[in-house]
Amino acid sequence: MYSAIVFLPLLGFLAAGLFGRMLGARNAAYVTSGLLILSAGLSWIAFFFVLAGDVSERVEVMRWLTSGTLVVDWAFRIDTLSVVMLVVVTSVSSLVHVYSIGYMEHDPHQPRFFAYLSLFTFAMLMLVTADNFVQMYFGWEGVGLASYLLIGFWYTRPAANAAAIKAFIVNRVGDFGFALGIFAIFMVFGSVEFDTVFAGAADQAGKTFEFLGYQVDILTLICLLLFMGAMGKSAQFLLHTWLPDAMEGPTPVSALIHAATMVTAGVFLVVRMSPLFEYAPVALVVVIIVGASTAFFAASVALVQNDIKRVIAYSTCSQLGYMFVAAGVGAYQIAIFHLFTHAFFKALLFLGSGAVIHALCDEQDMRKMGGLARKLPRTMILMGIGTIALTGVPLTAGYYSKDAVIEAAYASQNVAAGYAFALLVLAALMTSFYSWRLMFMTFFGRPRASSEVMSHVHEPPMSMFVPLVLLAAGSLFSGMVFAGVFIGEGQGAFWNGAVFAGTDNRILEDMHGLPWWVPWVASVVMLAGLAIAYVFYIRSPHMPVRLAERHVLAYRFLLNKWYFDELYDLIFVRSAKWIGRFLWKKGDGWLIDGFGPDGIASLVQDVASRAVRLQTGYLYHYAFAMLIGVAALVTYYLFRGAGL
Amino acid sequence: MGPGTINTDILTALPEVLLAAGAMGLLLLGAFRPGNVVSTVNWGAAVLLAIAGLAVLTGTTGNVTAFSGAFIVDDFARLLKILALAGTVGALVLSVRFMQIEKIVRFEYSVLLVLAALGMMMMISANDLISLYMGLELQSLALYVVAAIDRNSTRASEAGLKYFVLGALSSGMLLYGCSLIYGFTGSTNFETIARALEGQGMQLGVLFGIVFLLAGLAFKVSAVPFHMWTPDVYEGAPTPVTAFFASAPKIAAMAMFVRVMYGAFPGMSEQWQQIVVFVAIASMGLGAFAAIGQTNIKRLMAYSSIGHMGFALVGLAAGTVGGVRGVIVYLMIYLAMTIGTFACIVSMRRRDGMVEDITDLAGLGRSRPMMALTMAILMFSLAGIPPLAGFFAKFYVFLAAIEAGLYPLAVLGVLASVVGCYYYLRIIKIMYFDEAGAEFEPMARELKLVLGVTAVFVVGFFAYPGPFVAAAGTAAAALF
Repeated sequence: MYSAIVFLPLLGFLAAGLFGRMLGARNAAYVTSGLLILSAGLSWIAFFFVLAGDVSERVEVMRWLTSGTLVVDWAFRIDTLSVVMLVVVTSVSSLVHVYSIGYMEHDPHQPRFFAYLSLFTFAMLMLVTADNFVQMYFGWEGVGLASYLLIGFWYTRPAANAAAIKAFIVNRVGDFGFALGIFAIFMVFGSVEFDTVFAGAADQAGKTFEFLGYQVDILTLICLLLFMGAMGKSAQFLLHTWLPDAMEGPTPVSALIHAATMVTAGVFLVVRMSPLFEYAPVALVVVIIVGASTAFFAASVALVQNDIKRVIAYSTCSQLGYMFVAAGVGAYQIAIFHLFTHAFFKALLFLGSGAVIHALCDEQDMRKMGGLARKLPRTMILMGIGTIALTGVPLTAGYYSKDAVIEAAYASQNVAAGYAFALLVLAALMTSFYSWRLMFMTFFGRPRASSEVMSHVHEPPMSMFVPLVLLAAGSLFSGMVFAGVFIGEGQGAFWNGAVFAGTDNRILEDMHGLPWWVPWVASVVMLAGLAIAYVFYIRSPHMPVRLAERHVLAYRFLLNKWYFDELYDLIFVRSAKWIGRFLWKKGDGWLIDGFGPDGIASLVQDVASRAVRLQTGYLYHYAFAMLIGVAALVTYYLFRGAGL
Repeated sequence: MGPGTINTDILTALPEVLLAAGAMGLLLLGAFRPGNVVSTVNWGAAVLLAIAGLAVLTGTTGNVTAFSGAFIVDDFARLLKILALAGTVGALVLSVRFMQIEKIVRFEYSVLLVLAALGMMMMISANDLISLYMGLELQSLALYVVAAIDRNSTRASEAGLKYFVLGALSSGMLLYGCSLIYGFTGSTNFETIARALEGQGMQLGVLFGIVFLLAGLAFKVSAVPFHMWTPDVYEGAPTPVTAFFASAPKIAAMAMFVRVMYGAFPGMSEQWQQIVVFVAIASMGLGAFAAIGQTNIKRLMAYSSIGHMGFALVGLAAGTVGGVRGVIVYLMIYLAMTIGTFACIVSMRRRDGMVEDITDLAGLGRSRPMMALTMAILMFSLAGIPPLAGFFAKFYVFLAAIEAGLYPLAVLGVLASVVGCYYYLRIIKIMYFDEAGAEFEPMARELKLVLGVTAVFVVGFFAYPGPFVAAAGTAAAALF
């Protein structure tokens, strides 16, 4: 069964990728979607097995490589954590597949699109079911590749290509750290199997090794390196720049890869590595700080963005920060729970915005929307459900998971917990504001699109509508239904040791003894955000304009995303290009070509022309040359002879 | 010495005697027979050369000297005489139709070729400074005249004149060297000289003599810095004459070079080796570089032959049996390549006359694919690309140099051959990739034959090198 879950998408990829032309666009879409729905169904069955208390197991497929002491298998690690991820990935993926049938209807390259989607799903499943670091890295790189291919799916657009390359390169930075982490793990533990490594982690706690004269804590270093990979994949602060640009890809891709699944791989990694992170407190502090900073930073940028997808992208970035904070304070269950619920409402928001974009003939600028409520009532309601879930309206999914993160941050004894709590509350306020801003600008007020566009606006077709409804249901009820088992009373039995908590880690118990106001604070700021957004965009729409004019510097700072792109362009891109240009012009062109092929060639030419000029045609020159030759030889022997 | 001795002497030198008598016979025939006798004389000359070759093959065996040791016939002499005669016949074949079309119909031409061949055979068999000079001058005088046989062409006359003046200068030097050597050793016979020098240590006077002698010899093989005449003469002389200059006389001169060094001065090999090394490097280098700047294919072939003589001298510099074997193999292959290439050059004829520029070959790959193909094969071979014969020629001499410990020489030689590749490959590029000009006239049948034979030799050498290398080995062994 587990093999089927993982390999059915691969089958879909091969079918659509190799025989796409033969199958035709429709059939390729149906085949891949069908296989994925099957895979999703099996995942849910597996999930309920685990709910029913089925034990975790290891499914070995085959030996992959053996080199000295390095032994790597293709094997699936089936436990609660991987099953939860399986459910998330296959569910969202199958819904996105179905949605894409409608969304990509007019695209000439559908088989390729569906092949990539299935390839991504396969790689993601490999990642979450990995039993060892090498297989995980395989999946890790596989999703990176699929992400690259899908961002650049419309390869005729320069912006899409640039975004694809950017995503790939920024991810490489993180992957570099991840790879180093794996090397370090193999060096320290002598194995890349999760079981062996986790079992040996306690022995390595607090041990150090010397590097360039510094005593470095082994586990801290390993965890930081692994976290570097997580930062790249999950678009955390400093390595976040690729995610907003990745919105150049088709919207279903944004929903699947850049909201629900791939970007959460970093969170998954940290949680999966909880047996290591629990022994590396310094690394956990870093995780908290980075997560909280990202949550705040991304939310602040989302306040002023005008591209509907970019707002949601920054929102994703921000929510990933929440998840990392949860993981950092040791509440791994909460991190995964937020990941789980977030997948539903964020996919819903993306697909809903996709429906809006689809309706408006590929218009993504919210300033050219507005007044769509009457034209797209169903879409509006669904988007509204996504929004209340995201902002954390009581009883929706976000209420259970996001508020739990904030509470955990308050409850934690970690040195960075106070910082995290403050920033998360502020971020929650901003989340509420930008989410409602999006809703109001899109669906309310006066229509700002041309009347011609407005006349074409239509509700999405059934294939797009049904996935939205399912996701809406998940957004509303997943929190209520699963909160108990994920983070409530039943969590111990549910997780069954899939996540590890150190002996000092009692965060989930601590959360019960919080002051009365803490659980309320999130809801209060949520309402405040809603109120501000209402005032700004419904009551007096000129207010934000005036505010922006008065605080033009702050506005520009946020609009330009804290100038990170410009900064990176200046520091990395320019200098890399400069080095490249230097090596090209000076290194290769001047040095190697100049003194190598070109230089020798021109030297030969030069010598040749001199040699030709020797031949003057004058008889006496020739005779002279002969005599000089004889004289030279005689002189040579005279001097040599003297020495003999 | 009784009359019996004279008889044996004449029998030993039978091929030479036959050539001498035959040449005079043909001359009389041409002078006194009325009407057009050119083709008769041509045929007669060819038959005469063939008979001489037969006589060389079937005459003496082993190591025989005649005329009081002034004349020697051994395996070395026999093999190289065959090569020289083959070269002469090849040149004669290339000439016949050319001379008719260019209206240079003189029966003296083929008689002069025969006389030159006689001179070459004398050079190859010379075992005495006097007989050496005699053969050399006989050959040279014939060549001076042949170079200027097209009297109406100023270029040809200039070429002949230049050749004559510089040749006289080199003969002077050679004679001066001979006189020095005679003065210090008291003999002109190679063996006596060698004996006289044995155990004497180095004598500066003899060394000076050797330098001058070498200068004269180097002039004949057109080695740097005594090569200056070569490009001008090659360019100015009628093309078949150039083909002749580039083939047979080079072989004879190189044979003489080898014989003098090993016959008369085996004990001073350390000294003369240095000159040969210098001359070889200079020749290879100049041959490689100067040819790049050429636009005229005959001039290019002049530098090419300078370079190739440099490569052959590498074998001589090695100073071993293997080295001499390398020289002989080199000469065989060089002969085939040169004659074949000139067969192509002689065929570079358009409706309005001969053309000689390299660029005139443009588009040959389309207009005359077979000619272009064989030409390309020959160029690859001249460049020394395996598995063609030219590669093995270089291989044997470099091998000998390496075995003798002359690493710098071998390395420089290989580098020079790399540079040299450029201009051979350029010709191929022009033939196949450049925009075509006017078409050439069809190739004559006998030229096709020559081209075919040489191309087959060049391509097939790697499959059956055994007999050739074995023959060269036996010949080389005769000198030691």
